[in-house]
Amino acid sequence: MNKLIEMKNVMKKYPMGKTDFVALENIDLKFSEGEFTGIVGPSGSGKTTILNIIGSLDSQSSGDVLVMGKQIAKLSNTKSARLRSQKIGFIFQTYNLLPVYTVFENVEFPLLLLNMSKEKRKILVNEALKWVGLTDKIKSKPAQLSGGECQRVAIARAIVKEPKLVLADEPTANLDAENSHNILKMMKKINEETGTTFIFATHDAKVIKYITRKITLLDGSIAQDEIVSGG
Amino acid sequence: MVTKLALRNIFGSGLRTWLNIFILSLSYFVIIALQGFFVGWQEDATREMKEWDLAGGQYWQQSYDPYDPFTLDDSHGPTPKELQEKIKKDKAISILLTPATIYPKGRMRNIVLKGIDPQQKLLKIPTKHLRSDEDEISCLIGSEFAKKIDIKEGEYLVLRWRDKNGVYDAEDVKIAHIFHTTVLTVESNQIWIPLSQLQEMLDLPGEVTIITMKDENYNKQFQGWTYRNLDFLLADLKNMIKAKTVGSSIIYFLLLFLAVLAIFDTQILSIFRRRKEMGTMMAMGMTRPKIIQLFTTEGALHAVFAIFMGAIYGIPLLNYFEKVGMNIGMDAKEWGLSGLEDALYPVYGWKLVLGTIIFVFLTVIIVSYLPTRKISRLKPTDALRGKMTKKKVD
Ligand SMILES: Nc1ncnc2c1ncn2[C@@H]1O[C@H](COP(=O)(O)OP(=O)(O)OP(=O)(O)O)[C@@H](O)[C@H]1O
Ligand SMILES: [Mg+2]
Repeated sequence: MNKLIEMKNVMKKYPMGKTDFVALENIDLKFSEGEFTGIVGPSGSGKTTILNIIGSLDSQSSGDVLVMGKQIAKLSNTKSARLRSQKIGFIFQTYNLLPVYTVFENVEFPLLLLNMSKEKRKILVNEALKWVGLTDKIKSKPAQLSGGECQRVAIARAIVKEPKLVLADEPTANLDAENSHNILKMMKKINEETGTTFIFATHDAKVIKYITRKITLLDGSIAQDEIVSGG
Repeated sequence: MVTKLALRNIFGSGLRTWLNIFILSLSYFVIIALQGFFVGWQEDATREMKEWDLAGGQYWQQSYDPYDPFTLDDSHGPTPKELQEKIKKDKAISILLTPATIYPKGRMRNIVLKGIDPQQKLLKIPTKHLRSDEDEISCLIGSEFAKKIDIKEGEYLVLRWRDKNGVYDAEDVKIAHIFHTTVLTVESNQIWIPLSQLQEMLDLPGEVTIITMKDENYNKQFQGWTYRNLDFLLADLKNMIKAKTVGSSIIYFLLLFLAVLAIFDTQILSIFRRRKEMGTMMAMGMTRPKIIQLFTTEGALHAVFAIFMGAIYGIPLLNYFEKVGMNIGMDAKEWGLSGLEDALYPVYGWKLVLGTIIFVFLTVIIVSYLPTRKISRLKPTDALRGKMTKKKVD
């Protein structure tokens, strides 16, 4: 299978007073196209940091990160923005919905960046909202939604543009069992039908049941990288 | 796309935005209204002073100093030949001034006695009411002054004066007419009588103090006379209005400050508050120039909506002021100022309106652009976290 992501000896440190805090160390990872992988580990182990670096939202302190054949740290601002808008769907741990927009407008936003026609946008947004089961809240604002509903909007927003890569940071943290399973099933289906790569950061056992590869992080280093059965 | 998103941002954020737009519109309105007030005042006052007193400029007999009453005794001289011609053709009039005393209700009061040609058509002073063909002396008096000395039309005043040799004389003068004017320089503490009679009374045939010209900047030099153009004659008024403008600017600046605060609130503060929003947009792949464009457009749209909102209530209000006048609610006379009626008619030129709009507009754009540019330089993660660092993304 084609290599999608390659991380070589990646280190990430954050300045913390006089010393630096090392959040990631010696990360060597390869992801192929079509993977359905979970990064697990205790809180603070560096899961979000890895996703941020892969998604070019943050840059590593040292080492190389190649995403779709490109050294993302060397991409210009515009090019990395384009990579994100065209190829990557991001589901944030904290949702990060745009507060002044309705549910529909939030999900529509990535499509606007792709200059898609109005008709096409409408079809795709409605489809994505159907997947996450939110067709009745189209006109609500994020402030009027529950945590789980916000999370589902964030999921719809990430998958609506049918990206090559979905980076999902704790996508089921606020969902009940039924919704979690529905959404994971739906993601698995997208993965199998379109070959979209999914990388999860999670410690949710429900998610772990679906993934086919499990990378365990401990204190910023890879403790285990194994193929698992998957749903 | 950017305009569409900017509109979405504005309409999506509800009441607060409209409140800020309202305050912004208020700043347009207040700046225009206040400026119009002062422009209107200056225009009114200048026009009135020209119509009643100054016309196109004046020649002063060289000893004459309006701020020094003791010069009055000596400030008279024969009219230069060339100016006599002008007077004959109604292109100029001459006025003779002398100190005098009146005794209204038995009290003594020092005044300036002014002689003017009853036939003159240059100034608005209603000299046609003066009669020089009768034995008695008839006089004109301004309404404010008449009120002050409590005298009515048809009544008589005892007038005492000195001729050129210092000989006192006195006579009763009849109040032929009381006129109303806003121009204090032709009404306070003075009485107008026919010029020929005054010349006779003073034994100064053909001599005058001031020659008022119809045409502006009639700039010839005449021996013994000083030409005063309108710039000079209106300088007091202009300075006074300027002082008042500056004085009133305190209100003006306060309101402007409020307006800028509103812009600050909608733009700078909320843009910093909206850093997370920008981070989200960046994370979803919106480019930096697009983000700057979006938030600057949003600011500009605030200013545009404020123009429309301001127009909705501002145009009728300004029109109303223009027609009915602004009741300035203060005693203009107390300011010692001419040309101020109780109501003032402001003037709103397109320059003023356009200038204000551009000024507010630019302010809004600048305060939208600068912070957005700063934030858009952050890494998406930093913007999302709401932390300000100077690290660049690339
Ligand atoms: N901007 C930052 N500055 C300093 N330290 C940071 C910063 N971001 C993350 N860290 C630290 O890096 C470590 C890894 O953080 P990260 O968010 O990747 O953890 P995580 O595995 O996603 O945790 P969780 O499961 O709680 O989401 C944590 O100890 C965190 O405190
Ligand atoms: Mg995390």
